[in-house]
Amino acid sequence: MKKISFTLNGERRQVHVSPNEILLEVLRYKMGVKSPKSGCDSGDCGACTVILDGKAVRSCLIFAVEVDGQEILTLEGLSADGLSPLQQALLEKNAFQCGYCAPGMILSAHELLSNKPHPTEGEIKEAISGNLCRCTGYQPIIDAIKSLTQKR
Amino acid sequence: MAIPYEFHYEKPLTLQAALELLDKHGENSRLLAGGTDVANEIRMGFRVPGLLIDIKGLEELKAIRVTDGALHIGALVGFDTIRASKPIRDHCHILYEAAGLVASPGVRNRATMVGNICSAVACMDSAAPLLVHDALVHCRSLGGERVVPVAKWFVDNRKTCIGGRELVTHVSIPLQEVKCAGAYQKMMRYTGEDLAAANVGVLRFADGRCHVAFGSVGPIPKRSPRLEKHFLEHGVNPESIVRAREMLEKLIKPISDVRASKEYRMHMAGVMLERALIAAGERLKMPRVIAGKE
Ligand code: FES
Ligand code: FES
Repeated sequence: MKKISFTLNGERRQVHVSPNEILLEVLRYKMGVKSPKSGCDSGDCGACTVILDGKAVRSCLIFAVEVDGQEILTLEGLSADGLSPLQQALLEKNAFQCGYCAPGMILSAHELLSNKPHPTEGEIKEAISGNLCRCTGYQPIIDAIKSLTQKR
Repeated sequence: MAIPYEFHYEKPLTLQAALELLDKHGENSRLLAGGTDVANEIRMGFRVPGLLIDIKGLEELKAIRVTDGALHIGALVGFDTIRASKPIRDHCHILYEAAGLVASPGVRNRATMVGNICSAVACMDSAAPLLVHDALVHCRSLGGERVVPVAKWFVDNRKTCIGGRELVTHVSIPLQEVKCAGAYQKMMRYTGEDLAAANVGVLRFADGRCHVAFGSVGPIPKRSPRLEKHFLEHGVNPESIVRAREMLEKLIKPISDVRASKEYRMHMAGVMLERALIAAGERLKMPRVIAGKE
């Protein structure tokens, strides 16, 4: 067991982990952060996405020990003070059905918009690619992100 | 799904410390950079080490530099960094192009190019660009440095010639004296995650030379000297391309698997070769998007 400490949604947290523990599972079962989901456990679906030091990454492919000293943002942090404008836009457009892909979609779009407030449709598609949605066919999600980037 | 295998973890902060760990633990250790392959392999019980050596603390492996007539790409340079790097765009545009087709942004944010060629899965995207540019792989061990041409690097599917006590510090790509332009083609079912069912890299030079490399159509990615000679002798034109596509039948040996049949791969390798040759030819006419000196 190793003691690691990192910033989780703005709060300094410490936890004991063994080297074979995957970040996704530590977040869900040891830290009580349930928005990242397990979909494929192999980097293919995006459901486990978290923002690590500003970048959207797959928490199912990261050992928890690796994030010692780093900073993680999940949906819980993003919406700590109520829904973000991005989430609001997705809600208004009824962009999700079951919502399983939502955390990955939202964080991927969040990373894009943080770096580029007015992306093209191509850039939006690129940013959310690798987040598999089995319900919507993607278009409502793309439309919702687009509506937000045009409003500003 | 929890990982049922146990191992130790170290994160050395200097190259020397990393090499000492490698020297002590040898084949019983594994290096960890982005981890997008390593985590999957360990989860599947494939190459589970006794010790995982996380090299992300080695600052000297993070650089992209243009010095001594070559472009140097450190072992910790991720595909996202490659996409944002002007020196790579300028001097090895085909690598910039291929990096944009690696998996998805969420994987590119973490995966490294050197990790890609060390995992050496036959469908890797980095190999063809590095092969056509005659890149060199720089390995270090406590014994010193060893430099391996990328054409000799791959031994089999998932197997390279790296030694158990070696670490790749960087890859260097010689800057070309002659104006040249590359193009990369990847056959996949959809963007965003798919592995290449076949890929082709082409580098065309203003003096008529043409480098061609294929991936995913055999156990290791390879240059094709026969095709290169063919294009040098006959030029690149519609007739020589038709002939090259016929020659392909004897030059590559694709297999059938869940992603594509061998017939489809063979056909698409020809189509992609043609597309890459044409794209590289068009780029060669442009003032920008060119590797090498004007
Ligand atoms: S659970 Fe991590 S990408 Fe699918
Ligand atoms: S809304 Fe169900 S997976 Fe996307």
